[in-house]
Amino acid sequence: MKLKKKIPLIDQGDKLGFWGGKFGGNFVPETLKKPIEDLEIQFNKLKNNKNFIKERDKYFKNWIGTPTRFIKLKNLTKHVGGAQIWSKVVSDANGGAHKIYNATVHCLLAKRSGKKVIIGDTGAGYAGKMLSMAAKKFGLKCKIFMGAKDIARQQPNVKAMKKNGADIIPVYSGSQTLVDAVSECMRYWVANCDTTAMCVGSTVGPAIFVRICGWSTSQISRELKVQLMDEFGDIPKKLKLYNCVGGGSSSFGFWNEFMDYDKKQVEFIGVEAGGPANSKKHAAPLTYGSKIGILHGAAQYVNQNSDGQIEETESISAGLDYPGISPLHCFLKDTKRARYTAASDEEALKAYQIVTKYENLRPSLEPSHAFSVAIKEAKKLSKNTIVIINSCGDAYKDRGILEKKLGKKYVKSN
Amino acid sequence: MLNPISLTFKNLKKEKRPALITYTVAGDSSKKQSLEILKAISNYADILEVGVPHNTPVADGGQIQTSAYRAIKNGIKMNHIFKIVSDFKKSKNSKPIIFMGYYNMIFQYGENNFLKKCKKSGVNGLIVVDLPWPENKNFSKKCKKNSINFIQLLSPTTSNKRLKSITKDSHDMIYYISMLSTTGGKLKVSPKKILANYNKIKKISPKKNCVIGFGITEKTISNFKNADGLVVGSQICKEITRSLNNRQNPVINVSNIVSKLRKKIS
Ligand SMILES: Cc1ncc(COP(=O)(O)O)c(C=O)c1O
Repeated sequence: MKLKKKIPLIDQGDKLGFWGGKFGGNFVPETLKKPIEDLEIQFNKLKNNKNFIKERDKYFKNWIGTPTRFIKLKNLTKHVGGAQIWSKVVSDANGGAHKIYNATVHCLLAKRSGKKVIIGDTGAGYAGKMLSMAAKKFGLKCKIFMGAKDIARQQPNVKAMKKNGADIIPVYSGSQTLVDAVSECMRYWVANCDTTAMCVGSTVGPAIFVRICGWSTSQISRELKVQLMDEFGDIPKKLKLYNCVGGGSSSFGFWNEFMDYDKKQVEFIGVEAGGPANSKKHAAPLTYGSKIGILHGAAQYVNQNSDGQIEETESISAGLDYPGISPLHCFLKDTKRARYTAASDEEALKAYQIVTKYENLRPSLEPSHAFSVAIKEAKKLSKNTIVIINSCGDAYKDRGILEKKLGKKYVKSN
Repeated sequence: MLNPISLTFKNLKKEKRPALITYTVAGDSSKKQSLEILKAISNYADILEVGVPHNTPVADGGQIQTSAYRAIKNGIKMNHIFKIVSDFKKSKNSKPIIFMGYYNMIFQYGENNFLKKCKKSGVNGLIVVDLPWPENKNFSKKCKKNSINFIQLLSPTTSNKRLKSITKDSHDMIYYISMLSTTGGKLKVSPKKILANYNKIKKISPKKNCVIGFGITEKTISNFKNADGLVVGSQICKEITRSLNNRQNPVINVSNIVSKLRKKIS
C-alpha cells in the first residue's frame, strides 16, 4: 500500500472507489447506484472546471470569509516551554467551523443539478447548521437528521438550524447519536433520491462523498500554505499539524496540501476521542486497533463486535462521537503518512481550560482534543519546531457541557 | 438437478400462481419463537427469507428495524441464526431459505466460512442489500460454486444498461424493488407502473424468476398475481410487534396473516 505523489489523495482510489485496494468503496443499496453515479459524473467534471472553481472561490471568499487567521499562541508557547505553538483559527469561518466548506460545495452541486431539497446528518450540529445556512443562501429546502442525544447536548446549534428554516428530524434509534443520524439520512435518501440531494457531513460515506468533502475542506491547507510562506518565507523544516479526527474532514483538509512532503518535515497527528477515562467505550478506531468493517457504505476501521454489529461509542464531544473513520485516514494510517492517537474527555476539558486561560481563543470540545496532545508533545520539542493546531470549531455550542463540567466562569465571556 | 429455489418456481408455474415469499427477522422476538414462526408460516409460504439483523441498516424502515433491534437485544448471534436454519430444515414441512442481510456480517464471518456454513445449515440463497453489482461479482461467483443462489437486486433507478449487465450476471432468481423506498414504505407507485417495469425486466431476461418486493401487503398483493413471486416483510414484522404489545401469540397471528396472503394469490 503506497501513497502516490502529485495526485490528490481524493483521486487515488481505484475504479470501484477503494483507497489502497481496501478502504472506501460503495456498499450501497441498488437504488442509490444511479444518484451516486450522477453525482460522480457531475463532480468529476466540475472539480476541474474553471468557472466552477471561480464560483466556489467567490463564495468561500465573500461569504465564508477566507482566509481564516493563522496566529501564534505566544502565551501558551511560553507556558508550555518547548515548540512554538500556533493555531489555524478555522472557527473564524462563517458559522464557526470547517463544516461550512463541504456544505457550500454540496449546495452548489445540488443547485446545478436542479435539486430543490438537500438533506444532511449532524452530530455536534455544525454540519447541520452550516448546511442550513448554505441551503438558505442558495434557495434550497433543508432537512437535518440528528440523534436525540445530540439534540439535547448541542442546543445552540439546534436553535441556529431552526432559525435558518431547516426541518430537524430527531433520530431515536440505536445510541441516538451521529452514527444513527447518518443511517437515517441515508435511508431518507434511498426513498427520495429522485428529488433530493444528500450531503454527508464528513469525509465518510460512499466514496463520492468522501471525495467531495475532502476537496472542499482542503481550502484550509491551501490557505495555510500561503500563510506559512508569508510568515516564514518557506515551509518550516520541522512542522507538526495537530487535528482532532471524528469522521476526518477537518484533519484531511488541514493536511491535504502538505501530503507530498516528507513526514520528517511535515508530520500529521490525528487525535481521536478516547471517551471518558474510566470507560471502555471510545470513538477512536485507529488508536485502539479496531478491525476493518463496513459502515455507511464504506470499508474502514470501525468499532464493532465479532459478529459485525457496530458498537456504541462514547465521547464528550458530539462531533467526534462516531464509531468509524474516513477511508482516507485508514489509508494514511496504513501508509504511515499520519500518526493517530487519542485524548480522553478529561484531557480535552483540561486542554480547554489551559488554552482559554492563556489565549483569547475558545476551541470547542473537538479541537480541545487536539490541543491536549499538542500541548503534551510540544513540551518535549525544540524551539524551532512549529506546532500548529487546527482550531476548527468554536466553543459556543458547548456552553451547556462546559458550564456543567467546569462551572460558570468558563462560559461567561462567550 | 435444480436447486430448491428454482424447483419451487417451476412447480408453482404449473399451479399458475406466484411464489409467496415471507420475510422475518432471525431471533425476533427470541431464537425459539422465530423458529416457531418459520415452521408455522411454511405451511403457506413457498420461500422463506430470513433477515440477518444488523444495527446500522441503511435500507430498512421502522418495522424491520424494530424487529432487528429486538433480536439483537435478545442476544442473537450469527451462529444462532445458522442453528435456527438447520433446525428448521429438519422440520417436515421445510421450504427454501434465503438470507437477507448486510455485507458486514458476511465480511466479519469471512466469505468462505460464511458460505460453508450456509451450505451446511441449508441456506439456499442470499440477498445482500449493500453489495450491489459490480461489487458483488466475485462473491456471487463463489456463491454459485457453493450452489447458493446469489440474488441480484434491481430498482426503479437501475438504468437499462445496468439492468442488462446485472441480469446477465444473476443466477435463477432476481428481486425487483418496486419503488424508491426503504422497506415498510406505503406503496407510492401505481401497480401498473410497477408491472410495466417488471415486464421490462422479464423481456430482457425471460428465463430468470423475478420477484417483486417493497410495499407488498394484504391490501396490495392481489395486484401482482402475474409476477413470478412476491415478498412480504414489513407487514409481518409489524404484526409481531403488535402481538407482543397486546400480549398475544405472534406465531398464531403471523401465520394467520400469511395464510390470508396466500389465499389472495391462489
Ligand atoms: C468543531 C468540529 N470539529 C471536528 C468535528 C469532527 O468532524 P471531522 O473529523 O470530520 O472534522 C466536528 C464534527 O461535527 C466539529 O463540529
